[in-house]
Amino acid sequence: MKKNANRNSWLFLIIILIVFLAVFITNPEKGNKILLFYRHLLAQVLPILVLVYFILLATNYFIDNQKIKKIMLETSGFKIWLLTVLAGILSVGPVYMWFPLLKELKDKGLKDRYLAAFLYNRGIKIQWLPVLVLYFGLKYVLVLAFVMTLFSIPQGLLTEYFLKPKSIK
Amino acid sequence: MHHQKLQKSFKKTNNGMLKMLPLILGILLLVSMLNVLVPKEIYVKIFTGNVIFDAFKGSLLGSILTGNPITGYVLADNFLKNGVSLVAVTAFLTAWVTVGIVQLPAEIYALGKRFALARNVISFLFSILVALVTVLILTIF
Repeated sequence: MKKNANRNSWLFLIIILIVFLAVFITNPEKGNKILLFYRHLLAQVLPILVLVYFILLATNYFIDNQKIKKIMLETSGFKIWLLTVLAGILSVGPVYMWFPLLKELKDKGLKDRYLAAFLYNRGIKIQWLPVLVLYFGLKYVLVLAFVMTLFSIPQGLLTEYFLKPKSIK
Repeated sequence: MHHQKLQKSFKKTNNGMLKMLPLILGILLLVSMLNVLVPKEIYVKIFTGNVIFDAFKGSLLGSILTGNPITGYVLADNFLKNGVSLVAVTAFLTAWVTVGIVQLPAEIYALGKRFALARNVISFLFSILVALVTVLILTIF
């Protein structure tokens, strides 16, 4: 799956480049406008990517999947909700990297509500927040992250509710 | 030990960033093309101004399209600059990062079909609610 994702990324770039070249050849004026806009976007995004790189590095260094697993299986009550939210926010990398760990947690008895809430909190993407701030501002990002965190709890509970076997009347 | 761990972290981060680079470069070029080639009226035709329907459409678009977060952010910014409402853009952004149609087979394999379907449907509906609440809070404060 990893190799496919990598190949697809390059394929995507090649397809976009071919489309751009077609536009550039048929309409050089518009092609130049696109290039100008592209340069502007790159100048905006590249410095932020440096910051993203260091956040990723720090999370890769400090966060250990196996430790998270151990703590989640040993915690209960309010603490496990807090831990689920934090673990979801801090978890980095593609989601398919986390599925084996989540499967193991499920097999060992972790409730569906926590698994669903964990996956929902992954949506906050802490390492990408500087980019989101660049486009939408700090206030927007803080409010959105807060609301998403809040909604992750009913998300977990509802998912579990729909998974409960229904009694036959 | 720490040196080894740091080296491993560097390697993992470098690999991750290098894998994302073609996607980022591609999406920035795509957004540049959309910006220059697509007339603004198209966005107005799709997003009519009805808060609920626009949020629904934003959420649907965010669920179907896929990519890394930065791709979604750049597209969302482009929508906003073309007059799409903040509610629709927020629903789009939230669905982009919480609904996973592309990784659905992997999620089904790891956590079960019912879990994956229930979670994704609820995430889709919640992206509309999250958008409405977020914009409401931003309007009040």
